[in-house]
Amino acid sequence: MKTTLMALVSAAALVSAAPALAEDAKLGILLGFTGPLESLSPAMALGAELAVAEVNESGQFMDGGTVTAVRGDDTCIDAGAATTAAERLVTSDGVNGIMGAMCSGVTGAVLQNVAIPNGVVMISPSATSPALTAVEDDGLFFRTAPSDARQGVIIAEILAEKGVGSAALTFTNNDYGKGLADSIAAAAGEAGIDITINAPHEDGKGDYSAEVAALAAAGGEILIVAGYLDQGGRGIIQASLDSGAFDTFFLPDGMVGEALVEAIGSDLDGSYGVLPGSDSEGSQIFAQLAEEAGNETGVYAPEAYDAAALMLLAMAKSGSTDPAVYKDVIMDIANAPGEPILPGELGKALEIIAGGGEVDYVGASDVELINGGESGGSFREIAIEDGAIETVQYR
Amino acid sequence: MDGFLNAIVLLANFALVPGAAYGSQLALGALGVTLIFAVLRFSNFAHGETMSFGAMITIFATWALQSWGVSIAPLPTGLLALPIGIIVTVAVVLASDKFVYAYYREKRSDQVIFLIASIGVMFVMAGLIRFIIGPDDQIFADGARFVFSVRDFRAVTGLEEGLALKTTQLVTLVTAIVCVVALFLFLGKTRTGKSMRAYADNEDLATLSGIDAGRVVRIAWILSATLAVIAGVLYGLDKSYKPFVFQELLLPIFAAAIVGGLGSPVGAIVGGYIIAFAEVLVTYAYKRFLGHLVPPDWMPDGLAQLMGTEYKFAVAFVILVLTLLIRPTGLFNKRAA
Repeated sequence: MKTTLMALVSAAALVSAAPALAEDAKLGILLGFTGPLESLSPAMALGAELAVAEVNESGQFMDGGTVTAVRGDDTCIDAGAATTAAERLVTSDGVNGIMGAMCSGVTGAVLQNVAIPNGVVMISPSATSPALTAVEDDGLFFRTAPSDARQGVIIAEILAEKGVGSAALTFTNNDYGKGLADSIAAAAGEAGIDITINAPHEDGKGDYSAEVAALAAAGGEILIVAGYLDQGGRGIIQASLDSGAFDTFFLPDGMVGEALVEAIGSDLDGSYGVLPGSDSEGSQIFAQLAEEAGNETGVYAPEAYDAAALMLLAMAKSGSTDPAVYKDVIMDIANAPGEPILPGELGKALEIIAGGGEVDYVGASDVELINGGESGGSFREIAIEDGAIETVQYR
Repeated sequence: MDGFLNAIVLLANFALVPGAAYGSQLALGALGVTLIFAVLRFSNFAHGETMSFGAMITIFATWALQSWGVSIAPLPTGLLALPIGIIVTVAVVLASDKFVYAYYREKRSDQVIFLIASIGVMFVMAGLIRFIIGPDDQIFADGARFVFSVRDFRAVTGLEEGLALKTTQLVTLVTAIVCVVALFLFLGKTRTGKSMRAYADNEDLATLSGIDAGRVVRIAWILSATLAVIAGVLYGLDKSYKPFVFQELLLPIFAAAIVGGLGSPVGAIVGGYIIAFAEVLVTYAYKRFLGHLVPPDWMPDGLAQLMGTEYKFAVAFVILVLTLLIRPTGLFNKRAA
């Protein structure tokens, strides 16, 4: 009975949505404005809001509707707080979709506790845990960030090219860290690199000398720190340098940021890392757009822009702000066929959609959704030289 | 022989030196707890936040000094700012005594009531600290980072393993020794110190023989707060100042005080080092250490680690439980706790 009713309701929704009426939409921006990745969040939120502003300026959204963005704080690590924040966005603010959440653990929690029960679409710009690929999501969950399974392979490739024979590995003790560390260890094993130790560290401690002592005992030419730059990851690096345990570090995506270079200083020179990013036309246009808007850019800001843009284009395409309706067209928007859409062309895309045409959203991060809704991903290899993060190449 | 030296240097670098510094910080913290327990007869749960508060004031004073260009390099400026932190914190702690604990003392309330009141004070102070300085890390150590670094040590000795001594570690050890010596001289030689001990031994008898109870209580608070600020600042200098950490530190500090015997200053110091070295040595991976000592074919396959480092706090807890089971009064206590 209930399912028939549901089917009827959604059918009614479809019918009523068919003639595209001017409709306003609300977009929830759920990121870790406090917590271990707080230094990355503002740039990401601004990226998403840039897409919203662009859509509003075009005046083409749902026949002249406007989009408003509402921010929520997922704290990155506290599932309870993230769930509460998401619950507030959905029930009290009445958002039509959530751009978020930030970190893998809270993303899983928000998906299970809020998004699926309320039937709200989530597009995360930065949750990279491999576990989220297989999660049961009712077609509601997407991400414009690649899975860490892919990052692990890239990291192993870089290490192999640098001729690293053995490496110690430490990860922040949560879904993100564990997932990334396991994929690095697996890929490194295949590449013939010896991972001497794969040990967790807790965030938020004052002292990491004991953790570093264990890592040093295992040894290795380099230390891979799969952690957070504002948190334990930085503590581990500082303690390693103090005790002379390691002097070169590999920095995966959560560790690359100006804040780390500033905090550690010249001792970090010679370390290298990787983060999602591409040198595509889209990413350059996005950097320019962000600069014009006076925004700072950072890791995952392009992905945040893309996540917001995808959601809004999908609403326009399906002619509905109802997640149950527009969730099905997100993959069509993101992938070929259709007119390629770069950042700054959202107005054009809306026009094409209004005219009944097809679009292939490329965006700032070369969006191509695979495996049921996650980005295939391209990566930027970086090296730290003279206290600055330099791009080596794109992979 | 080289192998033996290398093994010792390795252990010193990763376990003994950091353990000694950490132990000193715990010992200073535990001394403050134990003094309050001896005189006021309750476990002061606000002690961790007192440490945090003092460190916070010291950080502000350090920033002010730095902006005026005052420096005592190679020593950290924080040391110069320490007296300001101590004065402000002592004032706050005396105020908390006047407005909170004095009332219950007058009513001759039970120990447990004091303990719960101190938890209240802890939350108020924690909130105040987060309100004033925020929950973020503050790094305020400046001056020379190392007395000697691993690279210097290797160059001088020619050994394969290196040993680093951070300035903050040396400062911690020296300050701890100075504080402990000063405290014991005070308790053992001065009239006020003796009256404190008398009051701690028998409150009624001491009061009857003309010792001013109010004064003893005030001095206990002043000493406890001073030690707390020193411990907090040293911990912050050596590691990093993070308001959340001090609530966690409460466990090893209480474990140290209880292992040594609540109310016994010697016990607090010994307890501090027992807890610190137990935490460090139990979670240390001995693989490389053994590598220098035993022939290659005797080497264990694993890391030769008794317990993962994520269980560090569990070590303090286990020692605490064992002490309470086997010798509830602690190692150095004459009186039943």
